[in-house]
Amino acid sequence: MRARSRAAVLAAALLVAPVAACGDAQQRDPAITLTVLAASSLADVLDEARAGYEEEQPDIRLRLSFAGSQELVAQIRQGLPADILITADSDTMDALRGRTGKVRFIAGNEMTIVTAPGNPDGIHDTAGLARPGLKVVLAAPEVPAGAYGREVLERAGVTVSPVSEEPGVRAVLGKVVLGEADAGLVYVTDAVAAGESVGRVPVPSEENVTVRYPAAALTDSTHPAQAEDFLLWLESGTAQRLLHDAGFQQP
Amino acid sequence: MTPPGSTTRTPSRAIARPRQPAVLTAPAVLAVALLAIPLLGVLAGAPWSELPARLGSARVREALGLSLLVSGWALLLSVLLGVPLAWVLARAHFPGKPLIRSLVLLPLVLPPTVAGVALLQGFGRSGLLGGPLEAIGVSLPFTTAGAVLAAAFVSMPFLVITLEGALAGLDSSLEEAAASMGAGPLQILRLVTLPLVLPSLTAGAALTWARALGEFGATLTFAGNLPGVTQTLPLQVYLLLQEDPAGATAVSLLLVVIAAAVLLSLRGRWTGVGRG
Repeated sequence: MRARSRAAVLAAALLVAPVAACGDAQQRDPAITLTVLAASSLADVLDEARAGYEEEQPDIRLRLSFAGSQELVAQIRQGLPADILITADSDTMDALRGRTGKVRFIAGNEMTIVTAPGNPDGIHDTAGLARPGLKVVLAAPEVPAGAYGREVLERAGVTVSPVSEEPGVRAVLGKVVLGEADAGLVYVTDAVAAGESVGRVPVPSEENVTVRYPAAALTDSTHPAQAEDFLLWLESGTAQRLLHDAGFQQP
Repeated sequence: MTPPGSTTRTPSRAIARPRQPAVLTAPAVLAVALLAIPLLGVLAGAPWSELPARLGSARVREALGLSLLVSGWALLLSVLLGVPLAWVLARAHFPGKPLIRSLVLLPLVLPPTVAGVALLQGFGRSGLLGGPLEAIGVSLPFTTAGAVLAAAFVSMPFLVITLEGALAGLDSSLEEAAASMGAGPLQILRLVTLPLVLPSLTAGAALTWARALGEFGATLTFAGNLPGVTQTLPLQVYLLLQEDPAGATAVSLLLVVIAAAVLLSLRGRWTGVGRG
C-alpha cells in the first residue's frame, strides 16, 4: 500500500511540476511574449532570428509556430491568439484583410528543382521532370508552394504527373531526402537548408516565380507596439543578413 | 471476455442496489461531455443545406470510392494474416510469445506518423526491403497498395486482440469432443472453433475496417497524397480544411456517421458488456 501511495505522489509531482515551473517563470520573468505564426519555409531562419532578437530585446520572448500559410489563416479564423502573421503569398494574407495591420514584405524566394545528391537521374531543366517513370513530388495545389510549383511547370510548358501532392513544402523535401521520390519542386531556401542531402537544379528566371513574404501584426494582438517593433526589426540589416544567408532574396 | 468474479454478482432483485454516488456521476457526465461536444460541433457546423451537393461532388466520390477500396483490402489482408496469428497466440506455446503480443499491440499506441516513418524504413525504396522489392518490380510508396499496407499495419491489431481474447476464453470441451470423434485439427477449426468465435471475429473485423477507413497519418507519410491513388477521405478532410472548412466538416460528418454506424451495429459486442 505504501509503495502504491508513493507512486501516486510521484505521478502527481510529475504532472504538477512542469505547470508549477511555468508559473514560476512567468512570475520572475516580466517579459512580453509575442506569438508569431509563420509559413513553414521560414522555420529555420526565424528560429535563428529569434535568438538574436531576444538578445537585443531582453524583455521580449518570441513564440514561433510554423505551418502552411493556408493552415495559419485557418488557425487564426478559428481564434488562435497571435500577434504577428507571416505567410508565403499575398492571397493568404489578403484572406484576413480587416484583421491585420499594415502589410510589409520582408523577404523573397524562388522555386528550385531538388534531386537525390549528385543528380543521378540527370535532370538538367524543368522539362526533365516530365520524363516517364521519374517519381516527382509536388506540394498540394491548396498550399502556396504547390501553386507556385504548378506556375513554374506552366510557364515552362511542361506537364508533370506527380506521384504525390504533399500537404507542405517540407514534406516534398523530406520525400526527396529520404530517397522515396526522384525529384521535387521546393523553395530555394528549403534546398539551401537541406545542404548536401539533395542535389539542386536551378529553374531559369524566365520560368521561375517571385515569391514574396508579407508580414503584418494582427489587430487582435494584445501587444501592438511590440509587434510593430518586431516587424521593423525584420526589415533591419541584422534580420535581412540572416535571411540572405538562408537563401532568401530581397523582398 | 467476461471478467472473473462477475458470475458471483448478487441478483439485483434480492438486495437493494446502492445508490449511484454523485462523486462518480459528476465526472462521468463530464467525460461524456468531453467525448460528445466535438461530435455535436461537427453536427452543428455541417453545411446541411449543401450537404448532398458537397458529398456528391466528383472529388468526394472519388475519395470515398478509394477509401472503401483501401479499407476493404486492408480488412481482407488483416483477416488472412490476423486470424492465423490470433490462433497461434491463443493456442501455441513458444518462447517470446509476450514479445510477439507486444509487437501486435504496438501499432495501436504508436503515433500514426511514426508508423508511416517505420513503414518507409521497412518497405520504402531506401528501406530494409526496398532493394529486394524493387528487384521484383514492386514499389509501395505513392501507390494504392502502399495505402492498403499502411491501413493494415494500424488496423490489424484490432482483429488479432479481439479474436485472441475470444479463442483464449473458449470452453475447450467442445473441441476435445470433436477430436475424440476423430476430427482433424483443421476440421475442428473450421467446424467447431471458428463458428464459436464468429461474433468476436465479426466485431474485430468491423473495428479493423473502421480503423482502416479512418487511417490518416501513416497513409500520408508512407503512401503520400494523390487524388484517385492515395487520397482517402481523411486526407481529403485535412487538405479541405485549408481552403474549404465547410467542405471539410461535411466530409467529417460522413466519416463520423460511418464510424458510429459500425459501433452501434456491434452493440457492445467488442467489450462484452452493455448488450441490449
